[in-house]
Amino acid sequence: MAKHGTARDDRRPNVSNLRTVRGKSDGVSASSPGADALDRLIHERLRLGIVSALAVNDSLSFSDLKKLMNTTDGNLSVHARKLEEAEYIACTKSFEGRMPKTQYRLTPAGRRALERYLDHMEALIRATRER
Amino acid sequence: MASVTPLHRAPAAEPPALHARAMDNLAFIRDTMEAAGSFTAVSGWAMVAVGIIATVAAMIASAQPSVLQSLYVWIAAAVLAPAVMLWGIVRKARRARMPLLSGPGRKFVLSFSPPILVGALLTVVLFRAGLVAVIPGMWLLLYGTAVVAGGAFSVKIVPVMGVCFMLAGTLALFTPSAWNDWIMAAAFGGLHIGFGIPIARRHGG
Repeated sequence: MAKHGTARDDRRPNVSNLRTVRGKSDGVSASSPGADALDRLIHERLRLGIVSALAVNDSLSFSDLKKLMNTTDGNLSVHARKLEEAEYIACTKSFEGRMPKTQYRLTPAGRRALERYLDHMEALIRATRER
Repeated sequence: MASVTPLHRAPAAEPPALHARAMDNLAFIRDTMEAAGSFTAVSGWAMVAVGIIATVAAMIASAQPSVLQSLYVWIAAAVLAPAVMLWGIVRKARRARMPLLSGPGRKFVLSFSPPILVGALLTVVLFRAGLVAVIPGMWLLLYGTAVVAGGAFSVKIVPVMGVCFMLAGTLALFTPSAWNDWIMAAAFGGLHIGFGIPIARRHGG
């Protein structure tokens, strides 16, 4: 499995003819400009993977996510921080013995964002079929 | 003679259509969920409903004059309960947009079904052999086996529940048949309700 793109992927142009919504980290609420607009914050593959993985687990550790996403520490922490800033995921840091442990879980806002994203993708497919 | 380079390059391959990207994104989400999670479509609330059905069945069965008649009550409950459970699972999977018959869901069904089918077959065999009193213990043991096997692909609490059913089955086989209704009530009723509530609370319904 190929490693997921680096944090620089954010700067790549997105699907050009889709309306995009920036996350809260970019200063604009992800949910404000209309539910049907694409949430750019979770459109990026690695962030979409993090949110999807957390949607079916109570919580996942940093190393679980790293293994699952087949990515590097730096890359994962950059993308996880973006999701955290948007309040899509919550992070808990603790110690297991002497080892630091970081746990992530999906927030209600993150779950809603994923649901909106799924709706959006399904709407796109439906629109194409109806044409 | 020098080679001639055309002014206009051949058009690049068309970018994938929007709906193709959307389908690719949905497949990615589904694959990630399958890789990351266990089958969470097991419905806790449906388990609670099954527990209530079993408790009512136990009350009716215990009022029957013979073991055979109480067995008929349990067979009626055994027909109703899976229908309720299936409805709950389908509803929860649809709400979570989890595919039912792919990935962990398929593994769950393939592991869960064989002991249940064996249980149905053995019910007929034991009934014809006149060993009616053994049937509840066999049901509990095989249902527990199915839950443990299917639960290997589900949330951790599910196989634990399966082990509890197996213990109840063992108890039913080695205790007087007069206890069967109460053991069935405690297992099919109590365990479904007792495990269903935390599953519903922790795993989305």
